[in-house]
Amino acid sequence: MIATLFFEPSTRTRLSFESAISRLGGKIVGFSDASSTSVSKGETLNDTIRTVSNYCDLIVMRHPIEGSARFASEISSVPIINAGDGANQHPSQTLLDLYSIKKTQGRLEDLNIFLVGDLKYGRTVHSLMMAMSHWNATFNFISPEELKMPEEYKIYLDNAGLKYYEHTDFTDIISKADIIYMTRVQRERFSDPIEYEKVKNVYVLRNSMLKNTKASMRILHPLPRVNEIHIDVDANPKAYYFEQALNGVYTRQAILCSLLGIK
Amino acid sequence: MKEGIIMKEPKQLSVSAIQNGTVIDHVPANNLFKVIQILGLDRIDNQITFGTNLESKKLGRKAIIKISGIYFEDEDINRIALVAPAAKLNIIKDYEVVEKRVVEVPDHITGIAKCMNPKCITNFEAVTTKFKVVSKKNVALKCHYCEKITTQENLQII
Repeated sequence: MIATLFFEPSTRTRLSFESAISRLGGKIVGFSDASSTSVSKGETLNDTIRTVSNYCDLIVMRHPIEGSARFASEISSVPIINAGDGANQHPSQTLLDLYSIKKTQGRLEDLNIFLVGDLKYGRTVHSLMMAMSHWNATFNFISPEELKMPEEYKIYLDNAGLKYYEHTDFTDIISKADIIYMTRVQRERFSDPIEYEKVKNVYVLRNSMLKNTKASMRILHPLPRVNEIHIDVDANPKAYYFEQALNGVYTRQAILCSLLGIK
Repeated sequence: MKEGIIMKEPKQLSVSAIQNGTVIDHVPANNLFKVIQILGLDRIDNQITFGTNLESKKLGRKAIIKISGIYFEDEDINRIALVAPAAKLNIIKDYEVVEKRVVEVPDHITGIAKCMNPKCITNFEAVTTKFKVVSKKNVALKCHYCEKITTQENLQII
């Protein structure tokens, strides 16, 4: 019996976890919106976790407050899986990204990773970058000026002795990529709407741009996509984002089995 | 009272010596009460005397605390390093200084500092803060929960 506690809505992550649980033969209790629960009556996370951990063998939780999952793991009598805690971490996403890279490239070592789009606020790109830094990756950061990779992450790479390059456009360098990891450039991240209008089409990947890319190159995206990958890319065998979503189910099945001691 | 009489008074600190215990010197005057709070001196029955706003070449204005009958473990005294990094301890036995010690910023800090991230769980629920000290010179604390860094400039003592 698994509890899925989604204190904030997340359709794909929740469905992916619930699919993984069902495929393993598990049963699910939980909620997908905290407004219909005792949380809206003012119950603390402490009380919710201490109560719900009596009802189940494992808790999958997503919560808007940073550090909430680690706190929950300290007070819960059953294992906690962090399905996203605010802007902090989303570890099952990072694991499925790593699995997708390994599966498509045959290795994790010495790859050239292109991270494209919102590199300032994008939680998935930060986590993936930190994870890939363990395997001697080279990074190309492609983003508008306003959404550049934060300084703290560049310092981290400097200290790790890893190479990274920053660009505002990627058409000239795309042939070097092993993995292109696309993210959404959101209008609301820009203080000046004119800046958004200027750059909104620069970070759109089109099929015509993929001609000179490596045969083994694959395109990943954490989804949902809006317009940053043109639909004409979908038919290209280098498009891997929907398989990546399937890998998410496998990865979450593996995480569940690992925590429940199922071999 | 005539001015002349005051001028003749010797300039001397009227905090008496202690027979056994600990003297904590070189505490920044503005953090005296934080040190008292961190060490829990406001909750014990021992005799304590303190002086504050004393002249100090190093600190401008310093405070000094004399605690009778208590000797601190390193682990306990290092907890004040965040607010009194230059503090010096004199261990007193039979009115004599038998040992001098300095404080050192510990590797981990529990329950003294506030996480500067307004979206951290420690600022929403009754959770004791925990930090890993990632820099001791210019103090930088990494939150055990939200993983954000709190630096000296935005350090707040709970």
